[in-house]
Amino acid sequence: MDAVIIQILNGLDKGGAYALIALGLTLIFGTLGVVNFAHGALFMLGAFVAVSVNGLLSLESVTLDPTKLTPWGTPAEIRTKLAEEWFGTFGTTLIDYSVPVSIVVAIPVMLLIGLIMERGLIQFFYKRPHADQILVTFGLAIVLQEIVKAIFGANSISQSAPASLAGTIDVISGVAYPTWRMVYFFFSLTVIGAVIAFLQFTTFGMVVRAGMADRETVGLLGINIERRFTIVFGLAAIIAGMAGAMYTPILSPDYHLGMDFLVLSFVVVVVGGMGSIPGAVAAGFILGILQSFAAMEAVKQYFPGIDQIIIYLVAIVILLVRPRGLMGRKGVMET
Amino acid sequence: MAQFKGVSRRTLLKTGAAAGAALATPVFFTRGALAQDFLNAPKGGTVTLGFNVPQTGAYADEGADELRAYKLAVKHLNGEGDGGMLSTFSSKALKGDGVLGKKVAFVTGDTQTKSDAARASARRMVEKDGALMITGGSSSGVAIAVQSYCQEAGVIFMAGLTHSNDTTGKDRRRNGFRHFFNTEQTGRALAPVLEANYGKDRKAYHLTADYTWGWSQEGSIKKYTEAIGWETAAAVRTPLGAGDFSQYIAPVLSSGADVLVLNHYGKDMVNSLTQAVSFGLRDKKVNGKDFVIVVPLYSRLMAQGAGKNVAGIFGSTNWHWSLQDEGSKAFVKSFGQEYGFPPSQAAHTCYVQTILYADAIARAESFNPCGVVGALEGYEFDGLGNGPTLYRAEDHQCFKKVLVVKGNENPTSQFDLLEVVSEVPREKVTYDASGPDFNPKDGKAELGECNAGK
Amino acid sequence: MNAAIATASSKAQPHAGEAPPNKGADLRNFAIFAVAILSMPLWLQPLGVAYPAFMQKIAIFGTLAIGFNLLFGLTGYLSFGHAAFLGVGSYAAVWSFKLLSMNAVPALIFGTLFGGLFALAIGFISLRRTGIYFSILTLAFAQMAYNLAYSVLTPITNGETALQVVKDDPRVLDAMFGAVGTSSAPVPNLFGMALTGDAGLIGFYFCALLMIGAFYISMRIFRSPFGMMLRAIKTNQQRMRFTGLNPRPYALAVFVVSGMYAGLAGSMMAVVDPLAGAERMQWTASGEVVLMTILGGSGTLIGPVLGAGAIKYFEVKLVEYNKTKLGEIFSFLPDSISDAVVSVSSLFVGGGWHLTLGLIFMLVVIFLPGGIVQGLGKLTSWVRRRTSSSNSASSKSADASQPAE
Repeated sequence: MDAVIIQILNGLDKGGAYALIALGLTLIFGTLGVVNFAHGALFMLGAFVAVSVNGLLSLESVTLDPTKLTPWGTPAEIRTKLAEEWFGTFGTTLIDYSVPVSIVVAIPVMLLIGLIMERGLIQFFYKRPHADQILVTFGLAIVLQEIVKAIFGANSISQSAPASLAGTIDVISGVAYPTWRMVYFFFSLTVIGAVIAFLQFTTFGMVVRAGMADRETVGLLGINIERRFTIVFGLAAIIAGMAGAMYTPILSPDYHLGMDFLVLSFVVVVVGGMGSIPGAVAAGFILGILQSFAAMEAVKQYFPGIDQIIIYLVAIVILLVRPRGLMGRKGVMET
Repeated sequence: MAQFKGVSRRTLLKTGAAAGAALATPVFFTRGALAQDFLNAPKGGTVTLGFNVPQTGAYADEGADELRAYKLAVKHLNGEGDGGMLSTFSSKALKGDGVLGKKVAFVTGDTQTKSDAARASARRMVEKDGALMITGGSSSGVAIAVQSYCQEAGVIFMAGLTHSNDTTGKDRRRNGFRHFFNTEQTGRALAPVLEANYGKDRKAYHLTADYTWGWSQEGSIKKYTEAIGWETAAAVRTPLGAGDFSQYIAPVLSSGADVLVLNHYGKDMVNSLTQAVSFGLRDKKVNGKDFVIVVPLYSRLMAQGAGKNVAGIFGSTNWHWSLQDEGSKAFVKSFGQEYGFPPSQAAHTCYVQTILYADAIARAESFNPCGVVGALEGYEFDGLGNGPTLYRAEDHQCFKKVLVVKGNENPTSQFDLLEVVSEVPREKVTYDASGPDFNPKDGKAELGECNAGK
Repeated sequence: MNAAIATASSKAQPHAGEAPPNKGADLRNFAIFAVAILSMPLWLQPLGVAYPAFMQKIAIFGTLAIGFNLLFGLTGYLSFGHAAFLGVGSYAAVWSFKLLSMNAVPALIFGTLFGGLFALAIGFISLRRTGIYFSILTLAFAQMAYNLAYSVLTPITNGETALQVVKDDPRVLDAMFGAVGTSSAPVPNLFGMALTGDAGLIGFYFCALLMIGAFYISMRIFRSPFGMMLRAIKTNQQRMRFTGLNPRPYALAVFVVSGMYAGLAGSMMAVVDPLAGAERMQWTASGEVVLMTILGGSGTLIGPVLGAGAIKYFEVKLVEYNKTKLGEIFSFLPDSISDAVVSVSSLFVGGGWHLTLGLIFMLVVIFLPGGIVQGLGKLTSWVRRRTSSSNSASSKSADASQPAE
């Protein structure tokens, strides 16, 4: 029983990440009608915002110690962290909390990246076929990941959660679970809630929803829908970036992270139904949990290798049974 | 301009002109147009080596370090720099003036850590650039694929980092040589250290990367830990590149096991280890004993990725820069002076392989691959790190000391991540090549004939 | 690639709706194409890539892209699963080498057949959906195939180590006809003529002829009523249905043909290098075929081959460069400038060649949606306009000068 509970928890934090990525992706579909293959890259960029923040906070001053030599004969380096030198224990705490701090940094950075992407590239592809959109954003994803690789290298760079959140907590007695994963689950719920509330209860959100439903009519009403859609793109970039930054203590980021999540996030969106926000969220959590269960030996002994293919299998079955995904609307992205 | 197999440009032009009428008339391509008795015999003043390393993909950093080592080896062979290990090497056939009077030149290729791409890039270097030897790589799949290509083409393959038993086991080839150790040696070296530290009464839970190297490693560790009395609770296969391994780690807690063995490498290892630590496994007490994690194959580059999570975790490695023998010291010194940081184990094995190949040519006094094979088989040498070493004739595997290491609890620098616990002597890690783990299920592995490509 | 040929065929190349050119023009273009391909060993010489392995690659990926283009270029169905068909073709071919004979003919037949069968199964299911749903379905199938081939299906695929031909394989047919046992693994042959190993250019000509055949079939499909039907699927499925035609059988048929092309390409891969690895089934490999087709010009006959050639050429060329080599190239510049130039340009070569690929690809999609073919078309019409306008200018001046005489 404990094992089942742990796998459900596990599916929830995994699903949180899937849902956050899919949320932004489906928002972009629904509003801009653009198939964004660079969305995984935005997640990856968010993760590297966290890496950079950590790197900046733990910048070191290097002094050479001529009395000690390295094995290759140069003077040994003495490294001190600048933040600690300047702020003492506060500096140490700041470094410890680099991941939460990076969320604050990620918001403006990702907004800027999102706006540049939309104004600089995506807006020219609104009227182009979906195939062109897929291809140009795929190219962009390659470019972004290669730039990250040139700066940060190809190895994974692990990030640690703040010491106070790094341990485990007892979810119910006897079932311990990593604290940071619980934090991530609640973080994802908060963000999802905030986005849905924003779309539901603000005038801006109302216009965006109206635009998702019938873009032309809203345009005819004299509302500048383009401007709002630009902001929606920025919003999606922020969501993906924050999701990436917060995920770094769970999964050590490397430059390929975006591509690893790309296929998965599309499967989530398609299973949920293109352009449906509740669908994307539900599909994210469902696929996360199914993936966790498929990894259990009790399941694997009957279906060897099921954990390798479960996500795709579910996608195929759902699409055949429910042609527009769980909550998709008619006519979206079918041509 | 491209050159292949002694077809001069003029013949080629003629061929092309005749192509319409007499497509692919074999006569144009029969050998003997030029008097050579082996493929890619060096012409002019240089001999070309092909360095086939991952430049893209997850092992690009490891590949970059291999390439650094190769460039350094070429420098030393050509008499530039401080000569590195040439001065400590037991053979004195190399004089630092190239090889047999020819300067060493090189071409590079990208394996992408895919067997297809690696073979294609090796082919390019052999067919187009005239490489006489191919070396490098960072995975066993690639090593085995490229090794069999080199056998068919008729050039020598000096394996880079490849740890699976199969490379010199059931997939051994006459033209291929491996300096790196394998999972069998890891099992033999690691088990006694585990016994000394964790006792005889343990239950191990394996997480294994679901491909041939992972299985090979799982098999060897199981075999030797069970021999010291450990029990294997479960061995679970995980998809390659799964990223988040938590769904595989979670059941460990309720399985009653008190040891977790991570048969992962590279990115998978960084992630599974970090996540296992975050699940609090190391703070647990199971069966009245501290729960421990073991990572059988370590590399410094991976340890860097996993950060402080490696502290106190046992594993094995082929070589480490903190070794104090003369050869290792000389190599670390010249590598460190050139690049400003110490070499990785992959860099070491690649450097040594290049030196050994050049030395074999010098001793055989011929560039002919079959001469090289003869000079390397059963060759006993010293001074290249790892102490006295034998290139065993029957499977082309090197036998030398294997290092058991532990993640450093108090690193003094960003490179000081592993601490050598024990240098397991060569006799302890020498095995019988005719054992079942080194041969196909229904037969006996054979090296086959040496192939010089003509 | 040879610009003259490319533009010749692109000119002859109708965009949907244009009247097809006459048979004579087709034959002429086909002949030019065949000669251009067969003479590659000559004109690739100055580009430094006239070695067999590279030219075989062009022929193999050209075949793959031609097949992909039949599906995507004509019907607009964007499949991300073609790498799986290629992989299946390779495995089938290597198994044919292992069990039946080292002769390439059965290997090609089995490779093509299994590629087609696999495509039939996947296409039957995936074609129930259109648009992005179709793409995701093919992607899901291909990823499943890759993941399983790498792990659980290792007994069939040999997993990470890749399926190889070994000396002791049964090879029933070879044994029956009393082929002489060799000391090492035998090489693929065509009724006794070796195709790989020491075969030099023979392997290339073999592949080239297969690609030329594949090109010819594709040309016939483009011109046939069947091809018209496929274009109708792309233009408007709704309208097609109204006229009482069910588009699905047509789409499935072309999907299977396309899968057979991929299977053929996969078995050609196995013929020139008898090994089949799971990596060639990864979705990024499917993505590469898409890139090739788009880069060359989808929906055109010659485009896919041009795209395949261009991408493979960049892959080979850019990896060769490194900092030292760049340093030599830019050594004519003052030191400080050349250092900067070298460190910037080194990002784009060697291990960084993916960056260049990504950039080129983005530029093509943004500015040249019709790919290289469109680019060459623009170039020739520009040149023609220049020459014709100068011609007309001179004739005008001639006219003007006439009265004076």
